Amino acid sequence: MTLKDIAFKNLRRRKAKAGFILAGILIGVATMVTLISLIQAMTHDINHKLEKYGANILIVPKTESLSLTYGGLAVGGVSFEMQEIQEKDLAKIKTIKNAANVAATGPMVLGVIEVAGHRVLLAGIDFQAAKILKPWWKVQGSNPGDNGILLGTDAARVLNLKMGSPVKVNNRALTVSGILESTGSQDDQLVFTRLEVAQAIFGKQGRISMAEVAALCNACPIDDMVQQISGVLPGAKVMAIQQVVKSRMETLQHFLKFSYAVSIIVLLVGGLMVLVSMMGSVRERTGEIGIWRAIGFRRSHVIRIVLLEAGTISAIAGIFGYLIGLGATKIAVKFLSQGDVLVPFDPQLAAGAFALAVLIGIVSSIYPAMLAARLDPNEALRSI
Amino acid sequence: MSYIRAENLMKIYGQGEAAVTALRDVSFGLESGDFISIMGESGSGKSTMLSIMGALNTPSSGKFLVEDIDVYALKQEQRADFRREFVGFIFQSFNLIPYLTVVENVMLPLTTLNIKSSKKRVLALDALGRVGLSNKADRLPSQISGGEQERVAIARAIVNQPPMLLADEPTGNLDSKTGAEIMDLLRQLNEQGMTVIMVTHNIECARYARRLLRMADGMMHEEDPVNLMAQAECLAGQVSVALKSAGGVA
Repeated sequence: MTLKDIAFKNLRRRKAKAGFILAGILIGVATMVTLISLIQAMTHDINHKLEKYGANILIVPKTESLSLTYGGLAVGGVSFEMQEIQEKDLAKIKTIKNAANVAATGPMVLGVIEVAGHRVLLAGIDFQAAKILKPWWKVQGSNPGDNGILLGTDAARVLNLKMGSPVKVNNRALTVSGILESTGSQDDQLVFTRLEVAQAIFGKQGRISMAEVAALCNACPIDDMVQQISGVLPGAKVMAIQQVVKSRMETLQHFLKFSYAVSIIVLLVGGLMVLVSMMGSVRERTGEIGIWRAIGFRRSHVIRIVLLEAGTISAIAGIFGYLIGLGATKIAVKFLSQGDVLVPFDPQLAAGAFALAVLIGIVSSIYPAMLAARLDPNEALRSI
Repeated sequence: MSYIRAENLMKIYGQGEAAVTALRDVSFGLESGDFISIMGESGSGKSTMLSIMGALNTPSSGKFLVEDIDVYALKQEQRADFRREFVGFIFQSFNLIPYLTVVENVMLPLTTLNIKSSKKRVLALDALGRVGLSNKADRLPSQISGGEQERVAIARAIVNQPPMLLADEPTGNLDSKTGAEIMDLLRQLNEQGMTVIMVTHNIECARYARRLLRMADGMMHEEDPVNLMAQAECLAGQVSVALKSAGGVA
């Protein structure tokens, strides 16, 4: 027989009251878990969509430029001391702190070629990386092999080339292996080939004109990644295509703040329910507390019994609150998101929900416990 | 020096015009192993006296000492320890915890002690054996009779072997036969060395005590318990006459 036994047996006897307290905390925890899990799921979903969106960081050669004005009139500018980017340097991106957030790095070499009397821009790219960087691309035919090219819609029309058409570029015989469906971007006017083929054509082996990076950086600001990449590529200029990411992250941040506010309100209400219920319980048990005190229970023993009861209910509410919250999130994401959005078990959130539930239960019961401990045993016994 | 001493105890409830004096300068001494009966009319102050002796009710002035310990000089928590070590309470309405079994109720005073649960159970079963209830250890209070509940209350009061047993109208809720059994039990415990202090209205019960303290208007004086024999016989005679005149059976 211990204080714990007394607390547990009382809870078993007063199931309705215990159930009421349990419901108060459980609803609060479940709401909090649902909202936070929902944000996590949506963040994951947005990350996934950002990945589909493609590149969001550009790496271009660093140049020193000088703007020329005369009498307040801009008359142009000159760029000088352009530092070319070495292809091998891109490997350094894998060493940055947020390397895990880099989904793909796409080197690109650009140059002007003449085909059938037309000057067009040839882009040498990594077609594997392009799958991530340009997921909206739809190719009729296939991606080019060692001697192939891929034409943008407009380029194919202007150059009057079809799939399988032979093309001679700088005395190198190439074949049209595929045509890109219209993208509505400048890609429609370009001719694409493999990176090493373009480098060979332009005599730029090992060098690139620019690189695109698909960065999934929800947990960290995209600016941090830009800085980190700038650190490892001091000779390059790194820029973030920020607008889309920023606006989405801002939306998420607003929702996160809203969720915290709602969670705090619901948990406060839960705490109040615990406080009121425990006060009622202490009043109902005045005589019982008088008996405890008469037979030698210290005030601290009475406090421990009350807090043990509250702590036990809260712990149960914490566990079930998390599970219910997780279940509710799984249902909610089906309505709020298209496609499969994962809502995995999050041990940190589970531990947090459990700890918060116990904390609320105990903090809300401190006053009733003190009230119980302060009861005059003589008065308490008279109430029987 | 007496084992238990009350020195000039005063107890006043309320303040100003509403003040009620429950004890007026009460002093007495009791020896270890005494069996005391405190009698008096309702409102005479006997329950206040018992609660002060049980370290439950701080007197307005005066001292209450047990084994030379000034009980009301102790801090709140120390007084709780004093109650656990020195006092066994037997309440009129038994005051058992309804959701605990008989043996668990008896184990209650041992709950806060740092001894193994199995040892606590052995001690509780031993106490239940002394009141003849070993066979009902796992029942709930609601599953046993009033007399048995009083026995459980006695077992709970003696389980930690306190030197003092305080009983408040121990037979108040029992029929005369069961009441007599309870009083026999208290006498046995007294014969085993326990100091028993009992508050009662019942002359029959008071006759079990070796000393009688009578209270009236907050004051206490000692009477010879032999007088109770005469009072009891007189009372029995009056009841008999009254029944005869009413056409009943004496």
